[in-house]
Amino acid sequence: MDRGRNLLKSEVLKSGVPKSGILKSGAGRWLLVVPVLFFGLFFLYPLVRVVMRSLSLDGSLDLSPFLEILTKGSLRRAAWFTVWQAAASTLATLVFALPGAYVLARYSFFGRRLVRAAVTVPFVLPTVVVGAAYLALLGPGGPLGVDLRQTVWAILIAHVFFNYAVVVRMVGSFWELIDPKLEEAARVLGAARLRAFLNVTLPLLLPPIAAAASIVFLFTFTSFGVVLILGGFGYATIEVAVWREAVINLDLAASAALAVVQLAGVGAALWAYTRLQQRYARRLPLRPSGSAARRPRTPRQYLVVGAVLASMLIYLGAPIAALVWRSLDTAAGLGPDHYTALVRGGAPFVDPGEAVVNSLWFAVAAVVPALAVGLASAVVIVRRPGRLGARLDTLLMLPLGTSAVTIGFGFLVAFDWPVDLRTSLWLIPLAHSVVAVPFVIRTVVPVLRSVQPRLREAAAVLGASPRRVFREIELPIISRAALVGAGFAAAVSLGEFGATAFLVRPDRPTIPNAIFRLLGQPGAATLGQALALSTVLMILTTMIIMAIDRYRVAGLGEF
Amino acid sequence: MRMRRSRITRIGAAAAAVAVLVAGCGAGTPEEEGPQTIRLVTHDSFNLSEGTLERFEAATGHTVEHLASGDAGAMVNQAVLTKGNPIGDVMFGVDNTFLGRALEEGLFEEYVSPYLADVPDDLKLDTRVTPIDFGDVCLNYDIAGLADLGLPPPSTLRDLTRPEYAGLLVVEHPGTSSPGLAFLLSTVAVFGEEGGYTWRDYWADLAANDVLVSAGWEDAYYGSFSGGSGGGDRPIVVSYASSPPAEVIFADPPVAEAPTAVVPAGCFRQIEFAGILAGTPVPKAARQLIDFMLGLEFQEDIPLNMFVFPANEKAELPEEFVRYTEIPDDPAGLPPEEIDANRSRWIDEWTEAVIS
Repeated sequence: MDRGRNLLKSEVLKSGVPKSGILKSGAGRWLLVVPVLFFGLFFLYPLVRVVMRSLSLDGSLDLSPFLEILTKGSLRRAAWFTVWQAAASTLATLVFALPGAYVLARYSFFGRRLVRAAVTVPFVLPTVVVGAAYLALLGPGGPLGVDLRQTVWAILIAHVFFNYAVVVRMVGSFWELIDPKLEEAARVLGAARLRAFLNVTLPLLLPPIAAAASIVFLFTFTSFGVVLILGGFGYATIEVAVWREAVINLDLAASAALAVVQLAGVGAALWAYTRLQQRYARRLPLRPSGSAARRPRTPRQYLVVGAVLASMLIYLGAPIAALVWRSLDTAAGLGPDHYTALVRGGAPFVDPGEAVVNSLWFAVAAVVPALAVGLASAVVIVRRPGRLGARLDTLLMLPLGTSAVTIGFGFLVAFDWPVDLRTSLWLIPLAHSVVAVPFVIRTVVPVLRSVQPRLREAAAVLGASPRRVFREIELPIISRAALVGAGFAAAVSLGEFGATAFLVRPDRPTIPNAIFRLLGQPGAATLGQALALSTVLMILTTMIIMAIDRYRVAGLGEF
Repeated sequence: MRMRRSRITRIGAAAAAVAVLVAGCGAGTPEEEGPQTIRLVTHDSFNLSEGTLERFEAATGHTVEHLASGDAGAMVNQAVLTKGNPIGDVMFGVDNTFLGRALEEGLFEEYVSPYLADVPDDLKLDTRVTPIDFGDVCLNYDIAGLADLGLPPPSTLRDLTRPEYAGLLVVEHPGTSSPGLAFLLSTVAVFGEEGGYTWRDYWADLAANDVLVSAGWEDAYYGSFSGGSGGGDRPIVVSYASSPPAEVIFADPPVAEAPTAVVPAGCFRQIEFAGILAGTPVPKAARQLIDFMLGLEFQEDIPLNMFVFPANEKAELPEEFVRYTEIPDDPAGLPPEEIDANRSRWIDEWTEAVIS
């Protein structure tokens, strides 16, 4: 038991208020059922089934593949590379994205909403599509002037690009809720700007930073496309090894053993993280909604905002701009030909309109359970700060660090009984939501943790029922965070191409499906249409995230 | 090729025996009657014109439920994992690079379609699966690009190790890409495992001649190849025999001649098979679907939808497939069981020879 938790307990005991509020121990215990069922049924059970099946294809359980891979030097190399590149990528992402989070949280400017949504775009783009743009930018003829292709630098740069949004949005949404008066008070009391930030704001920001960092770490830990396409072949993550055993060597046992090793590594990293994170949770007066952002006033502020936005534009914008430009590049000069071909149904293989509709349906069907399960889990995690909360916190993150091969094959093996659901259409959004739940949890938990108990207690003393306390006190404060989580869930679903590829499913092509099919045959028209469809995916993602960002829980005013 | 021929005669004899067996089975266990739902599992690249499968449904009264899976490798594993309680009735798209594993696991029921009479013998590798189409993985070259360099297209694989071809070739990694694996198999078949100059020596020479390796076909073709829709600077790439026709069909604006062409030497033939998944409740309907797949309507629909060549010799090819490419006379091939037994070792040895 650490000191903070004891302190917290005694604080609750001292208050002497009757148990109240959903977040209080006792009430709402049933909520635990939601994450346990979801996680058990849609992650743990398929995982166990597929690993057992893969290791006992000949009839009896054979654990020798473990021995084989554990004694192989190649696994050690892959494991070491996986861990250090993930750590370095996480650190680099934090360094590059925190200034962006700051500017988007603290300053209002024309187009802020758009920028906040648009940073998510890289997140949904298939690596194959961005890969070409990146290879051009990182090549000897690129703006950097050095050839970084097939080096670890290319991997790091691309990882920052793909994960930038995770830090900007998760940390930014929290940052926005911190009352700037805290830092201003420190300044009035004579603290220098940097000291005020380091001593006041940064400690408050540590929980969301840790949450974002853990997600970036897991995402890069299981990195696949970036490592393959940009990193060349001197580097391989465990994820690449899992995939290769499953898809090229057709050795299911080796693939399953590697996946278990990978999962063990992820589990260890998460366990360490959970211990660390609990130490830093603290309560602070958060502003329920609305925004502390204001227009830049001094030249210095203009400079900061301008510089950060400019760097974002270059860093995130350049590869995207290259993509958009190429989608408009036609035989007759710049023009919308590829787009009109998509609309007119001139595209071969897949009807793009149908793909857009399918993608949207899957996104909706993935966001709803992800949000419900994520919120329920967050409440349980915060409400039970003891072992259970910590365990649940760790367990629910595991899907993010699990190989797509394992999730996809797991569904296929597991859901044959009592009803054969193995080829059901619903498994697609379900696979998406398993990966999306951690995003919701990670954005909501830090905010929920910081809600001051006094607020709840006051409401309870005034006679509010637990449900009402949750609705009127907690919900307004966490709704913003929940929406950020929902945005990520939508993005995960729109861009997901891993686990889905390992399911056997009714042929309902999504946008990434359609892009891949178009890219599958050479030709200026198919390439142009694939790039145009990628641009459509980017615009669609931005619009969906903006719509989710704008949405406010009905009936909740600003206070 | 010698090995393949002897195999085929064996298969021919086996086929006759099996036909008797199948007939016998049919008499013993009652088979389903009337209209059925057939679950057809395919890889993601499966595509047909609107109405093709519908005509099968109209003719037989059956319903075809199309289930898409990942790529061929993932599909075989999905079938292995669900053996005994199959997720489908017919599987389409297992190719000879993965066939050995599928056969070893006993995934398919025997079936010898009467329509196989119109399929050339060298496509028939086993009586448990039916060849539906084939595609050759071949070197493609940028016609204008090589002309600018004043170089003729390579006429053998060995040409690529000559100094004038240094830095011109881009290939895919066999450990991450299906055409990459096919090309590796082609070099194994051509140069062999033993002797004065093995396939490993060949790849060491290619590496010394500055071959570029990409992870997948997309980044090799669009990112590094200079011909057609490629955006790179290397004029020779490992691609498909159907790529030049695709460059014409999907050209923008329309072109009169293909910008790229195929080197007919050193191609590897990928044959795609359909098989009846063992344990299906509708074997009779499944056999009808296989027959339909070998019929002219389905076969002639294949090229422009999947960019491979129909197995049925009587199927007429689209004009682009006749004009802009050629079917290599003597493509490389290896027995599926040999591929299955050595695939992983070959990839490891390849990695050692080329990457390190």
